[in-house]
Amino acid sequence: MITAELFANAVVSGVLLGGFYAAVAVGLSIAFGQLDIVNIAHPSFVVAGSFAAFALNDALGLDPILVGVLVAPLFFLAGAVIYRVYFQSFERTGQESLRGLVFFFGIMFIAEVALILSYGVDYRLVEASYIGGNWKIGAVDLPLRMLVPFVVALSMTTAIWLYLSRTFTGRAIQAVAQDRLALQLMGADPIRIKQHAFGLAVATAAIAGSLLIIIGPVEPSIGRIYIGKVFAIVVLGGMGSISGTLIAAFILGIAESMVATFAGPSWSNAVAFGILLVTLAVRPQGLMGRT
Amino acid sequence: MISIVRSAAALAAALYLAAASGAAFAQEPIRIGFSMALTGGLAGAGKPALIAMQIWRDDVNEAGGLLGRPVEFVYYDDQTNPAEVPGIYSKLIDVDGVDLVVSSYGTNLIAPAMPIIMRKQMVFMSLFGLDVNTQFGYDRYFQIMPAGAPDPKVNWSRGFIDIAVENGVRTIALVGADAEFSRNAVAGARANAEAAGLEIVYDESYKGTTTDFTPIIRAIQATSPDAVFVGSYPPDTVGMVRAASELGLDTELFGGGMVGAQYATIQQSLGSMLNGIVNYDFWVPEPTLDFPGVEEFLAKYQERAEGQGVDPLGHYLPPYAYAYLQVLGAAVEAVGGIDQEKIAAHIRDNTFETVVGTVAFGEKGEWATPRVLQVQFQNVADNDLDQFRTAGKRVVIKPDEWRSGDLIFPYTEAR
Repeated sequence: MITAELFANAVVSGVLLGGFYAAVAVGLSIAFGQLDIVNIAHPSFVVAGSFAAFALNDALGLDPILVGVLVAPLFFLAGAVIYRVYFQSFERTGQESLRGLVFFFGIMFIAEVALILSYGVDYRLVEASYIGGNWKIGAVDLPLRMLVPFVVALSMTTAIWLYLSRTFTGRAIQAVAQDRLALQLMGADPIRIKQHAFGLAVATAAIAGSLLIIIGPVEPSIGRIYIGKVFAIVVLGGMGSISGTLIAAFILGIAESMVATFAGPSWSNAVAFGILLVTLAVRPQGLMGRT
Repeated sequence: MISIVRSAAALAAALYLAAASGAAFAQEPIRIGFSMALTGGLAGAGKPALIAMQIWRDDVNEAGGLLGRPVEFVYYDDQTNPAEVPGIYSKLIDVDGVDLVVSSYGTNLIAPAMPIIMRKQMVFMSLFGLDVNTQFGYDRYFQIMPAGAPDPKVNWSRGFIDIAVENGVRTIALVGADAEFSRNAVAGARANAEAAGLEIVYDESYKGTTTDFTPIIRAIQATSPDAVFVGSYPPDTVGMVRAASELGLDTELFGGGMVGAQYATIQQSLGSMLNGIVNYDFWVPEPTLDFPGVEEFLAKYQERAEGQGVDPLGHYLPPYAYAYLQVLGAAVEAVGGIDQEKIAAHIRDNTFETVVGTVAFGEKGEWATPRVLQVQFQNVADNDLDQFRTAGKRVVIKPDEWRSGDLIFPYTEAR
């Protein structure tokens, strides 16, 4: 039974969810979409971000998003270090495709087990004043638990997009994916640029993690649920396009929400990946990817 | 000369070692093997279960062991992954050569072990699996969760549907995760609802990996049900309860089969959002359930659980994890050996006094008399773990013989 109210709410829920998915995917969009680094450990970094938010929220009562922003520089440094190791071990010798992937698999397991050893296996939740609240605009519900992460996610994605398109380093990041030699001729060190970019990608994971734990409970192995979704969003959006990632995330979020509301939630994933398959069949480079 | 001294020294050393190792126990240990969810989605209850089982092992060893032999555990983490279970049990039985086996925690992790256990004809004490043995019909399977014979999944939600019928509910929504346990729970609720003549206005399942439950709650609300039965696991329980609270779910009876609402950390976090929810449970600190030994056991558990990152109160699984080993241990002692057939026969034909009361098994290894409590959360405050240590916050409504308070109806009244 499709009513206007139900439809409007389904779309709005989907948009809020999609914004959150974009926050999780934007880091991978940089790492995988632009740098061709198959960072399968990205969701684990997001979960690590969630635990950082939990730890400081639990100990000091700080708002989880504030914690995410505060620890982002630490994650940036960690990302830079990981990239250095990855470069020295694999990229330099041209072995990045298979062995690099295995490297990130290893990082994923190490991150997961480190979290289990530090925090145990119980589900963790955070306390924040806006969890549980709900704004009603006419007939449309906007649960704050989803709205606040949506706003933060959108701001972060926009900031990344502006950074990549307006600043020198940002444009160098986009350039290094397209033509490394030309970039070197322009006086930028491609390795430093890539290191910077990867650090940025991991820093977004810190913030995405704080959003994740606001939306729902988190335990160390929960990252695995997001691996498929996040890669699907990056590929659907077009490799290397931040705006494409955002649009793809919205599409996925809205599709999931509509299917859950009208057709039965068990079909949500099937529909989402179905959209991916159809898009790739019609437009293999993704929605906003370059041909 | 030197070689004689050397041999004498070697002999003396050997004798000394033999004497030292045999000092406390004269015989080989009895080894009990199992897999347990120590990581992954169900670890929040699996780890506490392991702690409880270790308390039993230590209690038994302190009192002289089983048949005078020390008890040892051989266990592996199945990561809440059903695919890991068959390999683990094959290893336990064929490679590690354990004397006895018990199950992991949870329907999804008990069922995969059954074919191997049945082939080896071993006694299988099981920890909280819903309706695992109905299809297998194995006569050496014993389930400590008191869902009860003959149809555990129907017994599971019977109390919830009874409360619904007694209070004039006419329409019901059924929703659950797409996994073995939830399907069983919802199937049982469906059967009960149909038998009671309720109209089922919503009947869907969702994937356990769903992030946002708002659309599902809204779809349910659109059907205006008098009652909502949910069969969920911890993360979806939190998602559903939060979404219901945020959207102000308007229904008269809400809950039923939510796993996780019994875990201390989730109770503390959801706080007042739980008020009014009527959900299953198996033990709560209400005066009607004060069995001999349970408070003492919980004190030991809570001491060990501190700082371990696990459920600090241990009200859900631990008493039953202790009890099912009590049953196994008593049977081994009574039979006087590790004969799987005799142990199974003994468990089948006797009653046992445990920390969760008197235990007797009936058809297909389920409890002869079901004891699925329907508990209502009442007057729960936010962010207060200690309120759950004592009676009054989780009031037993059904079955009538264990009742400890009155139902607040409808759900919207209790919020």
